[in-house]
Amino acid sequence: MELEYKNKKTRRDFFKAAGIFTGGVLFATLLKPYKSLAYKLHEGETSNVWYGIGIDIEKCIGCGRCANACKNENDVPREPFYFRNWVEQYTIKNDGEVIVESPNGGIDGFTQSIPDEDIYKSFFVPKLCNHCYKSPCEQVCPVGATYRSPEGIILVDEEYCIGCRYCVQACPYGCRFIHPKKKVASKCTYCYHRVKKGLNPACMDACPTGARIFGNLRDKSGPLAEFLKEHNCHVLKPHLNTGSKLYYNGLNMEVK
Amino acid sequence: MIQEHQHLYEALSKVDGYIFPNEIELNWSILIVLYPYITGLVAGAFILASLERVFNVKALKPIYVISLLTALAFMLTATMPLISHLGHPGRFYELMITPHFSSAMAIFGFVYLWYLMVVLLLELWFDYRKDIVIWSKEKKGLLKYFYKALTLGVTDISPEAVKWDEKLGYIVTVIGIPSAFLLHGYVGFIFGSVKANPWWSSVSMPVIFLFSAMVSGIALVMFVYFAINYFRKKVVDMLCLDTIAKYLFYILIIDFTLEALDQIHRIYEAEESFEIISMLVSGKLIFTLGIMQVLLGTIVPLLALGLFQLYKPKDIVRKWTYFIVSILVLIGIFFMRWNVVIGGQLFSKSFYGFTSFKLSLIGQEGLLMAIVWIIVPFLILWALLLLFPPWKKVEVED
Amino acid sequence: MPKQLQRILLLLSILVIIFIGLRHYLIPESFGELGHYRANSLLDNEAHIPKYLGNDFCIDCHDSEASLLTIGKHSKIKCETCHGPGFKHVESNEKVDIILPSGRDFCGLCHSLNKARPINKVKQVDIKEHNIEETECINCHNPHEPWN
Repeated sequence: MELEYKNKKTRRDFFKAAGIFTGGVLFATLLKPYKSLAYKLHEGETSNVWYGIGIDIEKCIGCGRCANACKNENDVPREPFYFRNWVEQYTIKNDGEVIVESPNGGIDGFTQSIPDEDIYKSFFVPKLCNHCYKSPCEQVCPVGATYRSPEGIILVDEEYCIGCRYCVQACPYGCRFIHPKKKVASKCTYCYHRVKKGLNPACMDACPTGARIFGNLRDKSGPLAEFLKEHNCHVLKPHLNTGSKLYYNGLNMEVK
Repeated sequence: MIQEHQHLYEALSKVDGYIFPNEIELNWSILIVLYPYITGLVAGAFILASLERVFNVKALKPIYVISLLTALAFMLTATMPLISHLGHPGRFYELMITPHFSSAMAIFGFVYLWYLMVVLLLELWFDYRKDIVIWSKEKKGLLKYFYKALTLGVTDISPEAVKWDEKLGYIVTVIGIPSAFLLHGYVGFIFGSVKANPWWSSVSMPVIFLFSAMVSGIALVMFVYFAINYFRKKVVDMLCLDTIAKYLFYILIIDFTLEALDQIHRIYEAEESFEIISMLVSGKLIFTLGIMQVLLGTIVPLLALGLFQLYKPKDIVRKWTYFIVSILVLIGIFFMRWNVVIGGQLFSKSFYGFTSFKLSLIGQEGLLMAIVWIIVPFLILWALLLLFPPWKKVEVED
Repeated sequence: MPKQLQRILLLLSILVIIFIGLRHYLIPESFGELGHYRANSLLDNEAHIPKYLGNDFCIDCHDSEASLLTIGKHSKIKCETCHGPGFKHVESNEKVDIILPSGRDFCGLCHSLNKARPINKVKQVDIKEHNIEETECINCHNPHEPWN
């Protein structure tokens, strides 16, 4: 009988103590947001800048200056395994076979590997990060090292990335890679450091034919909005619903 | 500079068709094959233990504690392949302090800790508590303090206290079953939710991973049971082995059916990625998938175990068959993980070509590193069996 | 409650408290202000210096080439597209800090015959045949006014 009473007492004491502790912590959280338990996510004002990219395949001549400028501007390793930005050459033969090539990302130029008389159709397609607004790469980052800036650009926090490579696996467009020295994820940053200073991304400036259009999707009279209005544009892999903001004019069905 | 990238230049020369330039090197290598394999073994071994504890399959009593200790040994090793493959292993704690909950990988830290502490360690503690208290009084020297610390200051081993141990252990096992499903199911989800990769993206991926995990865990316990009895020079309990084999057979059937269904569905629908994937399966994966995983790892064990359901040969024949089957299944499920992880990265997301994979011997993701992480859990298990020998436990009258 | 359960719950509570405390110290500042990321990383990404500066920086000294460029077929091409990033050269004014493209293959990047190049967008020649005795294209074509 006595033992039961003693047990009841210790149990009640325990619950009392636990209750006071929990209540105290909750109260403290209300008084002063205690970072360790929860942080309030600021939705942020809707930015009036929302960047996208336009590429006019009909104008691309495959000179590779965009890929080259990107590597220079962003100190990307020059080995042919790391590209933030590259150009592909599609050659469709008369028999229907599709050959795709991107020697060193197009930086050293292109040659056709089959004779001209066998070629049915051929064209160049520049590729880069699509800066998706429903980005699968941002969704799968386990620690929050890749994120979408208020302007709609997907960036990587090199100080925080743990190098797990999940984002590289999740990108359907092959835009990401792991920097061989820094061991963190790396990709096209839309030359964020230039754009914030009012400059164009390096690849846009380097293009000799004006095949690359950079702009604010929310500026309805701006170059990108005009480009989208005048041309029938497509995104890559629309069935994956990534919210890609890289719009191609003249995209052929063979381009994946 | 060229030296570091030598293997990449070689891989570049071996590209078949077209790949995106960044896809030349496989991002996830043998260590990421190992991680699902090890957590699968943990989940599987635990399910076998729970069959005895919760579903009262009495024939499995001889392997109950061994299953738990095996699960613990492998659980303690499970994080190591993950952390050692990271670009910045020192930053792994970020997963615990700022987990990005939209990412399946972020759950890892908490599910792992939950399962390790609240399920495995607790269940073992409740099961061994009586013995730990006794050993803390009997042993001398350092061991005495080790066991004393483990008692957490509770030395009551009266019949009521032991009854509480039983009850609480039972509750923990019950919680442990869905926890085991979560522990390995989320790994399957990590792959199954990647819409960019058609070889991985599948609703059935978590389920397939789970059932193949159970198969591998059961095979592991069978193998460990053989090994322990061999080293202790004891006779195996044939009823126990027959029961383990029976469960192995049933779950292997389910696993095979699920995987076959996945492939049949893929072949029938033949959507966009079908051509490149059929080239993958009939080409680069023909040995690891066709022969190692399917033929040796699934068909042969199914035939052998299935035969025993109809016709039961002598004990010695069954014993040797079980031993060989357990090894075949363990190897087969390892290759299943290989085919998923490595296979999914061999073809380009452009669906126009393949890259190649070369497993190096040394290096952060080399074969030697993988062998270390396979051997370490067995060493831990050996240490656990020395510290907590199941055959020295005091028998409890039911 | 049995003593073993009390001890376990106590141990668990202690571990949780330690975890919460550690987290408070380990979370980097600015984390969570704009989303699930370190807001200061935006500043890190902004901090790189631009390497391509734009034509205005070149025209200051190289006005003769610049004026040639405005009337020729290459007028829409920016200086640094062929000459590379100018950030070093603008400071040092040394020839070594800027690229002086040479060789037929460089011009071939745009002008070599390739069925993928739209013929209406760029003039193309067979680089292996066209005036092959000349080692440099610029021997005949002034790069800033290539076709007069």
